[in-house]
Amino acid sequence: MIEVRNLTKRFGRFTAVDDLSFTVGRGEAVALWGANGAGKTTAVRCLLNLFPYEGEITVNGLDARRQSKEVRRLIGFVPQELSFHDDMSVAETLVFYARLKKAPDGFDFEPLLERLRLTEHVQKRVGELSGGLKQRLALAVALLSDPPILVLDEPTASLDIRSREEFLTLLRGLKRAGKTMVFSSHHLEEITALADRVLLLEGGRLVVDAPPDQLERQLNWETTLHLYLPDAGIDPALQTLAGLGMPVSRNGRGVRVQVRPGAKGEVLRALHEAGLDVDDFSVE
Amino acid sequence: MDFENVLILIQKELRDALRNRWFLLYAVAFAGLSLALAWFSVSGAGSYGVAGFGRTTAGLINLILLIVPLMGLTLGAMSLAGERERGTLVYLLAQPISGAELLLGKFVGLALALSAALAIGFGLTGLLMAVAGGGGDFLVYGTLLALSVLLAVASLSVGFLISAAVRRAATAVGLALFLWLILVYFGDLGLMGTAAVVGLNVQQLLALALVNPLQVFKIAAVLNLRDNLEILGPAGIYAFRTYGGALWALLVGLLLVWIVAPFALATAVFRKRGVI
Repeated sequence: MIEVRNLTKRFGRFTAVDDLSFTVGRGEAVALWGANGAGKTTAVRCLLNLFPYEGEITVNGLDARRQSKEVRRLIGFVPQELSFHDDMSVAETLVFYARLKKAPDGFDFEPLLERLRLTEHVQKRVGELSGGLKQRLALAVALLSDPPILVLDEPTASLDIRSREEFLTLLRGLKRAGKTMVFSSHHLEEITALADRVLLLEGGRLVVDAPPDQLERQLNWETTLHLYLPDAGIDPALQTLAGLGMPVSRNGRGVRVQVRPGAKGEVLRALHEAGLDVDDFSVE
Repeated sequence: MDFENVLILIQKELRDALRNRWFLLYAVAFAGLSLALAWFSVSGAGSYGVAGFGRTTAGLINLILLIVPLMGLTLGAMSLAGERERGTLVYLLAQPISGAELLLGKFVGLALALSAALAIGFGLTGLLMAVAGGGGDFLVYGTLLALSVLLAVASLSVGFLISAAVRRAATAVGLALFLWLILVYFGDLGLMGTAAVVGLNVQQLLALALVNPLQVFKIAAVLNLRDNLEILGPAGIYAFRTYGGALWALLVGLLLVWIVAPFALATAVFRKRGVI
């Protein structure tokens, strides 16, 4: 559905995106993941042809540079910064963008408003809305012409934990409904909740292209496992895990173990076989 | 070019203008000052109706030369740079519209809003004159309104170019104000000073005047009022003798060039730099 080949974007001497290539299949959710300045937002904006770039981008067979209007008709965009005209009401905003997106005459906004729980806010000025409501309005605008693709740039960056969870639930529903998604994020939990594939960007370059559950292995990340045990079990647990060659140390009400990728279960299994109870654990 | 998109953007720009404090302030200031000018013109004549339109029109020329370019330049400068700064430009261009449609829609919308503000100011002033019994030439008055609209849109076009070229709205407005000062200063004092110091001949003086859209407007406005340019001195007399009947076409043509050329340049600059 989306094919990006050798995408490069330079701002003066600074290369924001460097020879990036990837594809996104129909119905797939792909996350662009990386630290601030990794090139995620720039890559997203190139998909929308918002500034000149080198390389090729095709969406559904259309050239994103030469047929940018047609391409943008296939894409619903949710920006990182909530950039509506604050003096317009929610209703005026929806009508304005519906006209630009050529929504059919007599388009019924009600189902969309209900789905995104915006009905009661429809007469409010956009400037009066909370961050969570603005983000839902952005999603409503993105869905106005029922585009097959959603492009979201750090969609939950400005949301509190509760609003973020609500928004992710909406996005999961859209993914189940068959929308193709490309989204940028620096939240790992957002990526694991939504993405089929993760593209890790560093300095504008693609470092890893992998499903979320294989990220740890691909990156060879060590995880820190905090295990909380009864007092009597802490010393035996230290001995058991040290005996297996695991880097382990005492940590308050339990132990802390450095675990290689994909080996968290080994730690729990070893303690279980040694007859030691684990009250709780957390992963860092 | 999808003109339906352009129309949607024009409508939005007109609605935004009604909510724009600067725009409303300019419109009210222009209407208020032109009304005051009309009042003093008729009062100064001793009684209502004596040379009402003629005096008011002459007085309006100087008011227009100060206020109208200020309106056009600053509103144009704020338009794109303001939207860029607020992030709304990125969001608008992420929709299925082209950059050219966006620029044309914003430009025409602002031009119509400015024209409406001028028409209201002129209309109220004309109404006062009519009520006061001022006899006069409505055609001259109407032509002055048309010339003012051309000057406003030319200033808007230059403001638009500034707005397309810079990132921040404050920078754009600062540059617009600086340019306004230069154009106003260059109009009279600058030209007189340059002519005296450098020893310009009359052709050079006229050529320099025609480079400045404010001067082009002023020459056209005086020509509209008096049918000759003697009041403008040797350069005016030279222009009238050299171009004769073609002078109107030349002056209006120059104002149109000041509308089209900066807008075309703004489009090219905007296309090159994108939304950033």
